[in-house]
Parts: sequence; C-alpha cells; structure tokens
Amino acid sequence: MAVSLQEKYELLGCIQCGRCTAGCPVSMRTYLNVRRVVYDGMTGVGPTDAKGRPEAWNCTTCSNCTERCPKGVKPMELIIGLRSAAIEKGRIEPTIRDALESTFKHGNPWGRIRDKRTEWADELSVPVAAEGEAVPFLFYVGCTPAYDPRAQSIAKALVALFAAAGVEYSTLGTDESCCGNEIRRMGEDGLFEMLVEGNRELFGGHEVGTIVTASPHCMNTFKNEYGEPTPDVVHYSQLLASLLEAGKLTFKGKVEKKVTFHDACFLGKHNGIYDEPREVLEQIPGVTFEEMDRSRERALCCEGGGGRMWLEATEERGERLAETRVKDAVELGADYLVTACPFCLMTLEDAVKTSGNEGKIEIIDLAELAAMAL
Amino acid sequence: MAEKSTSREQRLGVYVCHCGVNISHTVDVERVAEVAATLPGVALAKTYPYMCSDPGQNLICADIKEHDLTGVVVAACSPRMHEPTFRAALVSAGVNPYMFEMANIREQCSWIHDDKEAGTEKAIDLMRSAVARAGYLEGLTEREIDVTPEALVIGGGIAGIQAALDIAEAGFKVHLVEKEPSIGGRMAQLDKTFPTLDCSACILTPKMVDVSRHPNINLMTYSDIEDISGYVGSFTVTIRKRARYVDVDECTACGDCVDVCPVAVPNEFDEGLATRKAIYQSFPQAVPAAYVLNMDECLGTNPIACGKCLEACDKQCIDYDAKDEVVEIKVGTIIVATGMDIFDATEIGALGYGRYDDILTSLEFERLVSAGGPTGGELVRFSDREAPKSVVFLQCVGSRDATVGNEYCSRVCCMYTAKQAHLVREKLPDAEITVFYTDIRAFGKGFEEFYDRVRKERVIYRRGSVSEIYRRKGRLIVRGDDTLMGEPVEIEADMVVLAVGLVPRPETDGVASFLKLSKSSDRFLMEAHPKLRPVDTAVEGVFVAGCCQGPKDIPDAVAQAKAASSSAIAPMARGTVRMEAISAKVDEDMCSGCRICVSVCPYEAITYDEKDKVSRVNEALCKGCGTCGAACPSGAMSTIHFTSGQMRAQVLALIGGSDD
Repeated sequence: MAVSLQEKYELLGCIQCGRCTAGCPVSMRTYLNVRRVVYDGMTGVGPTDAKGRPEAWNCTTCSNCTERCPKGVKPMELIIGLRSAAIEKGRIEPTIRDALESTFKHGNPWGRIRDKRTEWADELSVPVAAEGEAVPFLFYVGCTPAYDPRAQSIAKALVALFAAAGVEYSTLGTDESCCGNEIRRMGEDGLFEMLVEGNRELFGGHEVGTIVTASPHCMNTFKNEYGEPTPDVVHYSQLLASLLEAGKLTFKGKVEKKVTFHDACFLGKHNGIYDEPREVLEQIPGVTFEEMDRSRERALCCEGGGGRMWLEATEERGERLAETRVKDAVELGADYLVTACPFCLMTLEDAVKTSGNEGKIEIIDLAELAAMAL
Repeated sequence: MAEKSTSREQRLGVYVCHCGVNISHTVDVERVAEVAATLPGVALAKTYPYMCSDPGQNLICADIKEHDLTGVVVAACSPRMHEPTFRAALVSAGVNPYMFEMANIREQCSWIHDDKEAGTEKAIDLMRSAVARAGYLEGLTEREIDVTPEALVIGGGIAGIQAALDIAEAGFKVHLVEKEPSIGGRMAQLDKTFPTLDCSACILTPKMVDVSRHPNINLMTYSDIEDISGYVGSFTVTIRKRARYVDVDECTACGDCVDVCPVAVPNEFDEGLATRKAIYQSFPQAVPAAYVLNMDECLGTNPIACGKCLEACDKQCIDYDAKDEVVEIKVGTIIVATGMDIFDATEIGALGYGRYDDILTSLEFERLVSAGGPTGGELVRFSDREAPKSVVFLQCVGSRDATVGNEYCSRVCCMYTAKQAHLVREKLPDAEITVFYTDIRAFGKGFEEFYDRVRKERVIYRRGSVSEIYRRKGRLIVRGDDTLMGEPVEIEADMVVLAVGLVPRPETDGVASFLKLSKSSDRFLMEAHPKLRPVDTAVEGVFVAGCCQGPKDIPDAVAQAKAASSSAIAPMARGTVRMEAISAKVDEDMCSGCRICVSVCPYEAITYDEKDKVSRVNEALCKGCGTCGAACPSGAMSTIHFTSGQMRAQVLALIGGSDD
C-alpha cells in the first residue's frame, strides 16, 4: 500500500497556524495556499498529485514555509512530493517535460547539446581537467552560466577574478552535468538520483577537494542533498569574501555607483549566507551600498526557483515579485540591483523591462560587479 | 566473595502486584509468584490486585507477624513511586525498613511489552534478581540531623517576596537575596494585571514594604550568590553584597545626586525605552528606597573627572571607597525563585524587531502604557510621538516554536495580550486593534470572561500566525494568514506588539550548579515530581517557586511560593530531618589515600584526611550515587545498601550465572 501523504511528510505535527501561507511569497499572487495543502494532506481529503492541484506548480521552493514552521513540518517537501506524484503519472506541462528530457539527454535543462557547454570559455584560457586528473579545487560552472548568453558573463567574470587572485582551479569542461537542484524540485526524483550518482562518480574520479559554484542552486544541492561523503562546497561569494580578507584579491578599479543587494533564496534562506556577499560589495571601491527594506531573511523571492524558470504561474494576481523587487530598488535610487544568482539575474532583468524601468536601473551579478573593479 | 550469603537464614515474603490490569495484562502474575515460592530463602509468595492499597500493606504486615518474615520483596512499580510506602509498612510491623527490595515489573516490563509470555519471563527474572539481592540486605539505622532554623530565598520577585514573607510570618528568619538594587522583579514592571485589571504596582508595593520592615527578614539587594555548600538543615551560603556607594540607611532618596549626574544610560527598568543616570533608583517605589551608583558607568570619582554627586549630597551618604562585602550565612532550607527572562525577539529576523522603532515587545508595551513609564502612560509611537491608529498584536512570539527551541506554551501571553488590547482601547477609543492568534488559552479563573469582554471592546481576533513584517510607503505591513478565511492578509499597522514568551534566566544556571539542580527539557528547573511534588527538587531541603520552574502567571507564582514556603518551614519547625541511611563508606585499612574518590565525587562529600592519609565521607552530603565505589582502585570504598555483594547477587541472578 502506498504511504499516505500524512505519514510520508509527518503532517500530524501541524497546528494550522498558517505561518507557512503567511510567509509564502506567491500566496498573494496565486491560488497556492500552503496551509490548505498541508491540511488536505493531513486529513487525507485533497488531491494526491499536482495535476489535481495545479497551484502546486507555483511554488518557488524559497523555503520560507519550511524554515519558519514552528512545528518542524516541511510543507515545501510536501509540494515537491505532489509534483513527483504527477510526474510519475506523466501528468506534466510540456515545458517542464522538455527541460527534464534535455537534462536526461544532454545534462542540461536548456535544450542545448553537451558539446556547447564550454562555448562561454572559447575566447578565454580556462583550465579543463584531463580524464582522471586530480582536481583539488573545482569551478563548477552550472548549466545556466554555461549556456545562457546573459548569465555567461558570470562565468567569465569569475574566471577573471580567479586569475587576479591567483586561484588555481580546474573545470570539468563538457563532462560537467546538471547538478539536479531544479530537477529535484520539479519532482523528477529518478532523474535527480541519476544525476547525483553520475556527478558523485565524476567528482570521485577527479578526487575533487573543494567545489566553488557560480549558482547558489548548485551549491545547495551539492551541500545538502548529495549525501556523505561529499567535497567541500562553497558559493563564489564566500570564496571572494575569504580571498579579500586574506588580501589575495584586491580591487584596483573603482565603481562609482549606488547599489543594493537582492538575497537569492538558495543563498540566504536555504543556506544562511547573508554576510559574505555584503562583505564583497562593501570592499569594492566607489560603491555606495544601501539595503532594501526587505533584505536578508525577509528578502522577497524573485520567483525563479523550484522549476519556475521553465513554467509560468498557473494564474496571476497582481504584479510579478521580480517587478516589485525592481521597483523597491528603483525607489531606493540604486544604479545597480546586485544579486549573486543566475536565475535572479534573469528574472530581475526581465522585470526591469516589463515594469518599464529600463534606463533607470541595471541588474548585475556580484561577480560582474567585482570584476569591473579589478 | 568478601560477603557471605545469608539467604539460608532469611525468611522472605514475595508479593506480586496486579496493579489492576496494568501489570497483569502482560505478565502472568500468578506464575511469577509460583516461581518466587521455589527460590531459596523465600518463605511465602502471594499476588494481590493493588499492593500499595491499605489492604495490600496490611497483608504484608500480617504475614510478617504470622510468619516471622525477615524481609520483603514487592514486584510492582518503580521504587521511586512506592518504596517509601512499603518501607513504612515494614516499620509498622517491626522490621527494619532497609530489609525491603522492589522489582519494577510495571515501568520496566508490563508497560513496555506486548507479548505476555516474554513479559512473564522477564518479570520472573526481575523478581528473581530482587530476591537475590534481598538475601544480602542488612538493617540500617537512619540518622537525624539538626536543622538550622533559618531559610534562604534566592530572588526578590513576587514569588520570592511571598515565600520570604510566609516564612518570616511563621517565625523563622529569612535571608532574601536579590541581584538588582531593588526587589519587585518583573511584576514591578507591569502596568495592570489580567484579568482583574489591578494596578500591578499598587498590589505589589505593600508587599515590598512588608519585606523591608519585617524583623525576621534580612534583605540583601544588589547581591549575588557566590557559593552554596552543605545539605538540608545545614547549608553554607556565600553572598557578595556589591558596593552600592550609597549608604542605604542614610539615603533619603531626595534625588539631588541624580540631578547633577552627567551620565545617561538606557534604563533597564523601562526596557531601555528611557534613560537613567549612573547614580539612580530603579523605580520610585524601590525597596530599599535608596540610590545606587554603578561604578562601571560613573565618569570617575576623581574631582577632575566628575565627583558631582558627592558634592551634591547634603547628607554625605555617598562613599566612593565603598567595597563589596562578602558574607557567609548558614541556613536550613533554600527556596530558589530566580524568575524568568523574556524571549529575545531579534532571534526571529523575519518579524523585523529591532529594525523598526514601532515594533515593541509586550514588556516594552507595559512600560509604554505605565503611568511611571517613559511617556507618562501616553500611548504614542516612538518614531513620531503620534498616537497609533492601527495596533496589531502577535501571539506566540518565541513560544510553541521549535525554530527557536521553545516548544512550550508560555501560559501568560494570551491573557496579557487581551489586557494590553484592552488598555489600547481605553486610551485610544478609535484605534483599530487586531490580534493574530493560533489558539486562545483562557484557562484560568475569570480568563474566558475577560477574553469575551475584550473582544466586545472592538478588538478583532484573527486566527492565524504572522510570518513577516516589512515596511511599505512608511507603514508597517503585517503579513499573516487568516486561516478561517483561508487567505493570506496584509494589515497596515502603526504599531506592532510582539507577545514574547518567557524563557529561563541565565543567572539561574549558577544557582542550579551550586545546588546540583536538574532542568527539564524546556531548560527550566525541574521539580521532583510534576504532579505530586511540584515545588520540591531532587535535592532535599531545596524548593522552587515562580517562573524559574516554568512560565506562570502571578496567581500561580504566588500559590507556588506559598507551597514552597510551607515545605521549607516543615523541617525547620520539626528541628531535625531524617537522612536516608544510604551513603558511601571507606574501609580505612584498605584506603591507599590516592584521592581518586575525592576528585570524582559530584557532591564534594569526600575529603582527604592529611593526618591519617585516608579519605573520609561526609554522610550528610553523600547521596549514595556510588561513583566513588566504582572508581576506587583498591576496593576500599563501598556504598551502604548497594554493596558489591548485593549488586553482584542481583546481576548474577539476572544473567543466570553463578558466583564462581
């Protein structure tokens, strides 16, 4: 007999206080009511997969519901479970299906072939580990910075920063495959497990010591979901902060701009990394840094996580959160809205256009900003 | 074996309890008794539905007399529950109470097993093991020790005040030690009290004055406990009376010194919402009614640096050269009433406390609405000194919340929030008042009625928790879930009050470590039994009162203080206490003087005699834990009533081995 949702996700601890819905960034924008989803699972009356509950696809897996639940219930995992159940029955949206298929075939969800994974580095000299070669320090680029024309500049900026700081590193070239963070959150457990297995084998084959990732999403799954033993994993903002502190990285240039910082959910809420990106920002000469009202653990989600890069909300009420975010930053008078996540970069940049703020503000990744000051 | 079994001369009675069906549903009690009857030294074995009942005990007494039993084994519940009961039965039948042994076949057997066959086998093993030990038991004599007819109360909040007054009224001397410059505690900070709306200060102040005037109370404020040693009847307490630099007896609290003091620091009594000087009185009704100078904040007593207060004091009661005074007192009993702290709301970053001026804790709100508070009781926002049009209260901040490690309900927040909502309505007839709650707990006398009244005063209760507070266009946005409506809501607020829960005070840890007190999983002090010994601790002669034991309201704290004081008075009134005859014993001929026992004893009960080069046990301090016996390399240390011979017999019977 199948295990009930109530048992599988330990829903009986729920006291229906509603803090999950209260903290859910999309609860005012879509019909997703996390408390209701938990209640239905607890009482066993609601749909058991996301097909019967399409609003489950609106979840961005920001983790507010789970981090803040006073009783230790994990509503986010329940929502992912509903998606898994739908996927198992083949009841999924075509865009999600394409992303999963592409990941299975080419190791990336963007529908691009494996050979093009290193295209971003064509003009650069980026070390690629030979087969079996030990890699004490691995730069894991990630699918989006590798393929997306806009996000590629994050990878390029990081390479420049590593060179300036004398960081010895290698990449895995075209052997690199998707980390699986978004795949797990779209609910494709089997594919996720396959990616974990493949990547663990790949890391093991190269005796990887430490991994630095361009995306907080990759860092999150490597760090929290790959099981033991796993190499040390850091996000590049942590590495830059420590390089600056050790005096190995210094900024010679100046960026005379007023900037504010958008905390990515997978950097902040999921992994508690709030200080390091700010430490980097504050050391860039010329930069005037000001916080937005909703920062750190109260930061507003950009709606780019949890597979939402491949799926629009099932229904829309009010403006996109990324637009709200851009408006907040414009109101602050910031020249740059800085983030440290390729998904945030893309959703926010899109929101600059859709909210009519072109020319008023620019979205920039922390790595790009740091590289400007070299 | 050093000890010889005396089982052949023993005539033991074995009694197996059904405990209704508690034991008999998984243990065949008749079979346990049948096996018992076959064991050497056992004169008779019986079962009975409730051994602890009067007829059950009478059965034992009658058998002792009729069959001339030398000892008794009861297979029933935990000895923690009924060992004293059966020991008393032995005494009434003229047998030494230490000739009794208990096998726990309930908690350790029937309650945790389903299989009756296996359960019966295990019960037989436990019984057999108890009978084996009983063969080695010896009659022991309990000692009586004198009780110093003085008590120590630690903490001068409402619980400590009440306990001290009750003991003093009973005719015993009480030392009341408070770390702050004044007694009064948390209750002194409150404006009004629920559900009666009594003015907190008005009902507290007379008690504080009673303390200061009572001839039997020695009040030591601005004082810290530095050490406690000893045992029930005879505790030695070291207290540091910190220098106040102001003569308490001479100071008339005229305030001339305050006027000239140039230092301004946040006022703790007002939760930092206002300032005070370096020389100050905690609050106008402080007891003792005298000033105190905080030397850490003082600019300096050198006339070039400052020295203004010294100049201003006509009565010359300021002494810059005053020194801390360390006193040592002897007391017979101790009441711990060290109180509580409030939850630090900055731990929940999403609520924005500490970031926005107009988000207050409930204790800050008390000071704000108090006539003696920073605004003279005027309810205004700190950001713009305007009266708020919309006030939102959040329940359960830092309570019932595993994310901050406080899983318990703080028991007072529902009602103090209702009271605070009422106070807002009283002061601001047109304000919108919203309370976000998860469950309303109005369980006390008059609580539900008060909650009814407050709702009817146009206080909107919305069922749901708040997850986040942020600012939009200058107003606070409270993002909650209205779970009854099934929709998230955003409420615009001018002021938000966080109903912060109660947490243990860090200072309690020091006292707890001196006295070896245990804590429950909620980190509050643990009582000896949650139902039947609610103010006792595991340490004889030490009692708890008030919030150091767990969150409670004023009536409960006072009731507990009264219970603790009556418990503390009992041994003092009797004049002596009986000590259980279980303690460590040194065989001085075998002791090599290595002093390992001295270093491992958790109760500092063992000292080394330099002259005779052996260890000596203070039987009054010894709790009979057996650590020294286990550590002693020469086998010189044993524990009376838990001798190696007794333990060996018990273990061998359990594992079915022989003595070879």
